[in-house]
Amino acid sequence: MNAPDRTPHPSSVALPARELAVSARRVSVVYPSVEAPVHALSEIDLAIAPGEFVSLIGPSGCGKTTFLRVIADLEPITSGTVEVNGMSPHEARLARAYGYVFQAPALFPWRTVLANVMLPLQIQGREPAECKAVAMEQLGRVGLAGFEKAYPWQLSGGMQQRVSIARALGFEPRLLMMDEPFGALDEITRDRLNEQLNQLWRRDKRTVVFVTHSIAEAAYLSTRIVVMSPRPGRILKQITSPLPDERHLGMRDSPEFVAVAHELRQALAVGSRTDG
Amino acid sequence: MADDSRRLLPVAIVLAGAVVLWYLGAVFLNAPGAIERVLAPKGPYSNTELVIATWSMERPVLPAPHQVAIDLWHSLVDWPLDSPRNLLYHAAVTAQSTLVGFVLGTLLGVVLAAAIVHSRTLDRALLPWIVASQTVPVLAIAPIVLVILGSLGFAGIAPKAAIAMYLCFFPVTVAMVQGLRSPQRIDTELMHTYAATRMQAFWMLRMPAALPFLFPSLRVAIAAGLVGAMVAELPTGAQAGLGARLLTGSYYGNTIGIWSALVLSALLGLGLTAAVAGVERLVLGPRSFR
Repeated sequence: MNAPDRTPHPSSVALPARELAVSARRVSVVYPSVEAPVHALSEIDLAIAPGEFVSLIGPSGCGKTTFLRVIADLEPITSGTVEVNGMSPHEARLARAYGYVFQAPALFPWRTVLANVMLPLQIQGREPAECKAVAMEQLGRVGLAGFEKAYPWQLSGGMQQRVSIARALGFEPRLLMMDEPFGALDEITRDRLNEQLNQLWRRDKRTVVFVTHSIAEAAYLSTRIVVMSPRPGRILKQITSPLPDERHLGMRDSPEFVAVAHELRQALAVGSRTDG
Repeated sequence: MADDSRRLLPVAIVLAGAVVLWYLGAVFLNAPGAIERVLAPKGPYSNTELVIATWSMERPVLPAPHQVAIDLWHSLVDWPLDSPRNLLYHAAVTAQSTLVGFVLGTLLGVVLAAAIVHSRTLDRALLPWIVASQTVPVLAIAPIVLVILGSLGFAGIAPKAAIAMYLCFFPVTVAMVQGLRSPQRIDTELMHTYAATRMQAFWMLRMPAALPFLFPSLRVAIAAGLVGAMVAELPTGAQAGLGARLLTGSYYGNTIGIWSALVLSALLGLGLTAAVAGVERLVLGPRSFR
């Protein structure tokens, strides 16, 4: 048996909980069931400092998406405490402290690309002119200037997901959560979007919590990778990336990258062995 | 243009077939009456004479298409628009109560659906009654509504619109309940992460998502509303409206008049449905190309 590595990330140890972007302590989510209760998350301890890019990786059923949903106040916890920017997830949601990118783009088909990006700003009650200006700027940042009048179904899957990222970034959230945003895309598109995402992250140094089941994606994007394992959902290991913040696709052949990917693969293999 | 002709050709063929059958039916159904009342008293007659006689009777069992067309034409052209002998006047009266009932019924349907979608209690409490309301035949309920509203001092358009509304709201309610519930979980969760209020979620997500469900139901509703308005014109002894024309036609055995009113009501129904379809295209716009 390999004991799960629970050492917190070095950069987040020093910070008091108030200043952490996300702080989770002994968080459990249990779904009641007739036979035996399902432990979707079991005693998760995790601290994420502002500006980190943290990936959650693991096989399906390991609770990575559940954990993201807990932070986003989309899922209630059974026990433990979670704080987002020093608030409860519920308060953080009401304060619109985070942006959330789902697995599917979830664009509204009756709105143009521009109007889709404007949606959260309109909900915040901002001036129409301001909404439009911000949305145009965000669309430009994800490389979709010129597509603002198109409708979602006129765009490819990769472009649709970029629109949803622009939408999530529109109100400048300090925390961005992404739940396998590129899972449904082909690998070539995915590589390009990963490169763009790295640029976006470096530009503002927003905290990103990223769920993926791709080793390459996690190693390429993250400053820290949290490996999880199922039944019960728990943290197995955390790996801090030695790569510099600025990344490009060619780095994937560098010894550092290969070492990170190797370590990840081993941790995941251990996880699946204990899983039985 | 080629596209138009491709669409019009099948319609034209069906129409031609229907007209041929109609003329044959007129011969078959009117022959006994024509022989008894027109031809037999004059002595022997040929087959041609028989056919012509069946197509030109004063009170045929089934009037020939051209008789109806001529009657309709005369009623439209020979009299001013505000004359009770002009069928367009009656069509306008019926259209008015249909439209008022349609607008009220649509509003009622949308409000009911919004209430049902937002409250589990209302969902359980209202839906069975709404369904039950439609199992009561409109012919039975129309006189009751007319008597009650009449005793309260509502005459003219209000009772007719009420019955049109009674038939209109049901398809709208059912479609809107489905439409307002059509957003996927991911869409509602998206609104949730934006901390959108229920009102914002309703107007920015549920309502636009429901529109593609609403419009087909509106086409059903306006046709049903027209039936309701005409049925309401039957027991009132109303002097105006296509329903009233149908009734007077059958009182006096004026079969051609009945058919004229019938044809005009069908045209009115087509016109109203086409108007709804036009609004649909305007509102849904590029969405209808999907």
